Amino acid sequence: MAQDIAPQDTLEAEELALTATIRVAVPERSLRHDLRAVSMVWRRELIRFRSDRLRAITALIQPVLFLFILGTGLSRLASHGLPAGVDFRTFIYPGVLAMSVLFTAIFSAASIVWDREFGFLREMLVAPVRRWAIVVGKCLGGATVATFQGIIFLALAGVAHVPYSPTLLLVLAGELLLLSFTLTAFGVMMAARIKQIQAFMALTQMTVMPLFFLSGALYPLNGLPGWLTVLTRIDPLTYVVSPMRDAVFSHLSVSPLAAAALSPGITWFGWVVPVGLSLTIVAVMGAAMLGIGIAEFRKTE
Amino acid sequence: MTKAIEVSKLTKSYGEIEAVRGIDFEVAAGETFGFLGPNGAGKSTTIKILCTLAEPTSGTARVAGHDVVSERDTVRRNIGLVFQETTLDNYLTGEQNLRFHADLYGVPKAAFAPRLRQVLEMVGLWDRRASAVSTYSGGMQRRLEIARGLLHAPRVLFLDEPTVGLDPQTRSSIWEYINGLKKREDITIFLTTHYMDEAENCDRIAIIDHGKIVAIDTPEALKASIGKDRVQISTADDEAAARALAETFSIDSGLHEGLVTFSVESGEHFVPRLFASLPVAIRSVSVSRPSLDDVFMSYTGKTIRDAEASVGDRNRRLATRFGRR
Repeated sequence: MAQDIAPQDTLEAEELALTATIRVAVPERSLRHDLRAVSMVWRRELIRFRSDRLRAITALIQPVLFLFILGTGLSRLASHGLPAGVDFRTFIYPGVLAMSVLFTAIFSAASIVWDREFGFLREMLVAPVRRWAIVVGKCLGGATVATFQGIIFLALAGVAHVPYSPTLLLVLAGELLLLSFTLTAFGVMMAARIKQIQAFMALTQMTVMPLFFLSGALYPLNGLPGWLTVLTRIDPLTYVVSPMRDAVFSHLSVSPLAAAALSPGITWFGWVVPVGLSLTIVAVMGAAMLGIGIAEFRKTE
Repeated sequence: MTKAIEVSKLTKSYGEIEAVRGIDFEVAAGETFGFLGPNGAGKSTTIKILCTLAEPTSGTARVAGHDVVSERDTVRRNIGLVFQETTLDNYLTGEQNLRFHADLYGVPKAAFAPRLRQVLEMVGLWDRRASAVSTYSGGMQRRLEIARGLLHAPRVLFLDEPTVGLDPQTRSSIWEYINGLKKREDITIFLTTHYMDEAENCDRIAIIDHGKIVAIDTPEALKASIGKDRVQISTADDEAAARALAETFSIDSGLHEGLVTFSVESGEHFVPRLFASLPVAIRSVSVSRPSLDDVFMSYTGKTIRDAEASVGDRNRRLATRFGRR
């Protein structure tokens, strides 16, 4: 790596800056250079998130409405189907927690569409870095920002009578990170194709609500009509919501029978899908969509 | 002298539309070279190919000694780009935008801080480096983009219409920065413009029209090659005036921007004869030394504004024919 300048101290550097042209030799492309680009794209997402507090607050509104308004409103009605001592809000908490990262994750991918509209995407695409570096940086950035968002909502766990157990919180945060990554990858894959922000927003609205409602966030996955059983098993979000609920219920003091009724896990024709496999499915889907996203961006000029 | 840019038999077609139809030129290292032509003449397409943003249909182009197709990444490391549209992140500060660029281009970390200061001072934005770009004026944003294009010390800087959309004062201040930069940096500048007065700042210019280079030389040589003055008259009956010019003096004239326009040698001596023999009343007369406008007109048969109007017409016709795509 050629490097013609090595300033001894700042004063000397300042003098140089004022007199001679500073020689900068851009090095040959290397993995290290690509990783530096990944980290910059990632940091940019964080900087933007930090400077946009309004977004963090508005993104909280929807899950809060679901948990406290819908949850409280329905809890009297739902209490007949729940074992004594289990709050309806506790039951829906894992699903609403997943929802708290849904929009943030997909919308952080929308920034690619914005970047395209405002030209900044071009600055990234003409640089001498591999396209994957930009796409991976974007996904990691979106996942981090969405996980932060989820952690803010995680702080409200106590209000839904979910215990603040360190292991539980760690497990939930990890699952949120995985979910956020997959959702951002999904968003990035769409953003590679969709050039207008309006179209992107419309598509997001169209996808997010069915994903949420079919995930079993608001009802248990057992005893559903056949068609709904099939749809819930197709929804990728199910494979995160169920493990999250499993984690929450394993930290509650409820009878095993009640836990089995409320958090039955995902079954495929009667076979219970293990939590590990469930999360692996989500990770593999995320990786596949990331791969498609990278391939799409390679094609664009 | 090594060549900063070498272009040979370059063409580019988009479907049945030929944007660039076989151009050849060379730019020497250290030169400021301008591409002058109306919108739609093929300037932007050429610059895109040279910046590796588009692949040529045929022909070759080498920038800083490297082929733009087979050595794309090497070319990218050696060029700086300032596009027509701004490509800054408005949420970030000026310094953050440049830091982002340094990371994308792998600028050595030790060199970044002094280089940052140097380029920002060059464009007069050092004091504003910590402000978000959204608070910058249009001219400041353009200057920041020029600083960013220079940050990694490219051998060739591409400026695509660097002053388009800016007010006249800002335009001239941008030019002061560009001219100052030529003195301080060891760099070749390739720019496109459709402003005649800006082309005067270049060491050499190529006039491009309908995808072909029609003339290429220094601005002085191009103006000298015409040798005639431009006369524009406003008359009571322009058609009669044009007929009379053709019959009496055998001069071809054209109607440009509402004025009968023609070229003659030593115009100031011709005007008295014109008054004596023209059968229609003359309302006003102007005689001017050849400008790049006249150069453009003599090579393409129209003024650059006429050319843009006709390109507009053609594009509208194409749009109607093919529908919106």
